[in-house]
Amino acid sequence: MDPELIKDCVHCGFCLPTCPTYVLWGEEMDSPRGRIHLMGQHTEGTPLTGAMAGHFDACLGCMACVTACPSGVRYDRLIEQTRAVVEREHVRRPDERAVRALVFALFPYRRRLRAMRLPMRLGRRLQPFLERVNPSLGAMAELAPADVPRPVRLPPLVRARGPRRARVGLLTGCVQGEFFPQVNAATARVLALEGCDVVIPPRQGCCGALSLHSGREAEARRFARRTVAVFGRADVDAVVVNAAGCGSSMKTYAEVLADDPAWAARAGALRIRDLAEFLAELGPAAERRPLPVSVAYHDACHLAHAQGVRAQPRDLLRAVPGLELREVAEAAICCGSAGTYNLFQPRAARELGDRKAERVLATGAEVLVSANPGCSMQIAAAVRRAGGGEIRVAHTAEVLDASLRGLDPGVLGRSPGAGKARTKR
Amino acid sequence: MSVLERLTERLTAVLPPDAVVTDPVRLRTYECDGLTVHRAVPGVVVLPETTEQVAAVVRLCREHGVPFVARGSGTGLSGGALPRTDGVLVVTSRMRRIVEIDVPDRRAVVEPGVTNLAITEAVRDQGYYYAPDPSSQQVCSIGGNVAENSGGAHCLKYGFTVNHVLAAEIVTPDGDVVELSAGDPGYDLLGAFVGSEGTLGIATKITVRLSRAPEAVTTLLAAFTGIEAGGHAVSAIIAAGVVPAAIEMMDALAIEAAEAAVHCGYPAGAGAVLVVELDGPRAEVEHQFAAVERICRDSGAFEIRTAASGEERAAIWKGRKSAFAAVGRISPAYIVQDGVVPRTALPRVLAGIDRLQEEYGIRVANVFHAGDGNLHPLVLFDDAVPGERERAETVSGRILDLCVEHGGSITGEHGVGVDKSRYMPRMFTEDDLGTMQLLRCAFDPEGLANPGKVFPTPRLCGEAPGVRTGVHPLVEAGLAEQF
Repeated sequence: MDPELIKDCVHCGFCLPTCPTYVLWGEEMDSPRGRIHLMGQHTEGTPLTGAMAGHFDACLGCMACVTACPSGVRYDRLIEQTRAVVEREHVRRPDERAVRALVFALFPYRRRLRAMRLPMRLGRRLQPFLERVNPSLGAMAELAPADVPRPVRLPPLVRARGPRRARVGLLTGCVQGEFFPQVNAATARVLALEGCDVVIPPRQGCCGALSLHSGREAEARRFARRTVAVFGRADVDAVVVNAAGCGSSMKTYAEVLADDPAWAARAGALRIRDLAEFLAELGPAAERRPLPVSVAYHDACHLAHAQGVRAQPRDLLRAVPGLELREVAEAAICCGSAGTYNLFQPRAARELGDRKAERVLATGAEVLVSANPGCSMQIAAAVRRAGGGEIRVAHTAEVLDASLRGLDPGVLGRSPGAGKARTKR
Repeated sequence: MSVLERLTERLTAVLPPDAVVTDPVRLRTYECDGLTVHRAVPGVVVLPETTEQVAAVVRLCREHGVPFVARGSGTGLSGGALPRTDGVLVVTSRMRRIVEIDVPDRRAVVEPGVTNLAITEAVRDQGYYYAPDPSSQQVCSIGGNVAENSGGAHCLKYGFTVNHVLAAEIVTPDGDVVELSAGDPGYDLLGAFVGSEGTLGIATKITVRLSRAPEAVTTLLAAFTGIEAGGHAVSAIIAAGVVPAAIEMMDALAIEAAEAAVHCGYPAGAGAVLVVELDGPRAEVEHQFAAVERICRDSGAFEIRTAASGEERAAIWKGRKSAFAAVGRISPAYIVQDGVVPRTALPRVLAGIDRLQEEYGIRVANVFHAGDGNLHPLVLFDDAVPGERERAETVSGRILDLCVEHGGSITGEHGVGVDKSRYMPRMFTEDDLGTMQLLRCAFDPEGLANPGKVFPTPRLCGEAPGVRTGVHPLVEAGLAEQF
């Protein structure tokens, strides 16, 4: 926790109403201003107490406060540094440790995630039981998509249609790749149709976002170096990322690897772009066909707050003929997914999820568009809890893909989630 | 067992779980409000959710003779919510329900923790808004606004909080729940309560006036090379009989900070900018706009921009509204001062501030509600430089002297709190202060509601203002101390 960064906070409180936990609980120590104060206490010598660690753990890392802060406090850096301190100095309860070990042994590895397909199907049915064993396991079972589409094997290179305008790399991600393979396929098609050669290195792994956002520094650096190496070799103009959490971490690679100047330089040489951001910079070339559908666009925190990408996805959606874009109230407040948050802090995550589901349903839109797999699962689970059945969720890439290929809007968000497994609740 | 421990036990019994904070690390996060130079870790923090809970807390405080301090969002700039180490901090941030919206009668009933902006957001679709707009409106609570009688950029035309609060349910320092209303015959107790800085009780429900959104709003940004020209334009606009909704001025340093923070895109090379907002019926706004534009040009404005849309207007205001906090970008620390001068004295006072800057080697950024002469000098300093904080505090205090010398006041809208209580004697005689104390004692005979704020020296209730003779009977009985 860098005291210089802490000093930037002037205690004005502008962050308070944007902080999801302050919105929920209305107490100072669960606001960004209060957490920065706690960090200050620790740097001044107060030992890290269980209470302190609890308030840091309760932070979603949504970065809404970074957007709101007029003094430019780098809360993003501060909370990352703080989480690493918590990991080093705080001894968690055995059940918390076990759940964390499970999550970090599973999520960053696609093959292990794939092995989870069958247990996941059972998990939904066993949810009430798992919930009693441990709320985190219960949350995991509840969030799991009911009907994961079959894995899509993407070729190492998808050639541009028409004149080539760029050569890009595509990060396939862990959860995105395994639970939402159709999103990656749609992303590759959209990029190709817009004139990009799409390089999809088969040996890419986890980008390290989960580790980075959970204070597991060494692991994060290892994943970061590997990703930098893989995409460095791919010789691309930009690395396109369609998962908000991954993109925001990859944009900070140079900071993550700052201790090693050679790696930091390699990381700095990569141009990381969110899909919507990249398409907006590239400009449209392919013809948009009508897609008569109403969509509610959900701002993923790691896109809107961490990367400042708000206008681009909306502009892309609005440019689709026939599509009606609806805004979700309280768009700047996190849905409670926040990487691993809904697994480690299931109670708070559920409250936020319910709040978000209510506002999403109030739009009356046919399809929810979200650019982060975590948000999609979180909001879908919350809508199920609210008795809203299976909400149709699609990624911006899928909407564009449907428009570029002239598909029927009925295909959007039909899977995962739709189908037989959903009636069991 | 100390008094505070006994009290805490009782508080725990009457409040919901999680509503009593005693953990030392947690308590420290409440040690200051928006003014960080004054800090005190509260003895205990409570987070009540209902009027009954607030009343129960206050009654217990009274029973134990323990002082209490109310706090909303903790954004105050005079240390009005500075806790007592020997007392209870009553935080209203969980009381944030909008109880009733009554558009036909143009009023809304809200709990004290509701933010100022949340009221406007709740009625905007119906063409209404809540008029007072402090710069921290998205975070500051209406309860805090009532305590401080908060203003904002638009109070030039529309008045302060006191002009927009119709009634309040308050918990008196005795723990009674009382309804005060502007319509009550007799003494204007609501008027006395608004701006009493938590010394007369805690508001638990507030009925505010909803104002009809004006038919037309025009916002104009005029850039001048220097602050004198801007000041001249302000006087000329008012002299021409125009009452804008707001006239705000920022000097070069404040512009630099706002630019760094929110990239507001104010004209390059401006030594001062004036933000003028006109609102009302369309024809009137158009007529006034022509006048204001001409006056600005005549006063030497080198660039004038007009906001054509809501977004453009928001962009102009963003620079102004974020200016206080934005100064954090150009200085490690700063003091936000708040003083008032007659509009005509503006140029002389600003020149005086310039002299102080030179004399003490301290930079001052000026942001102010120029229309009503409410200055907000931001006195910059760096704690890492030995002695700089002290010099900054001296400059800050001398700015207030300047204000008083020119017939102004030591506070426009931030309140006296703990920060300015020492300056009260510069404005008021002993008799004046004694009279105020009589009012306070009528509400709070035990002196438990936010003691140590507003008044320079604590006094005992029942003590007649004026020359003191002999030893006070309570002191003699060992029941109280005199300072």
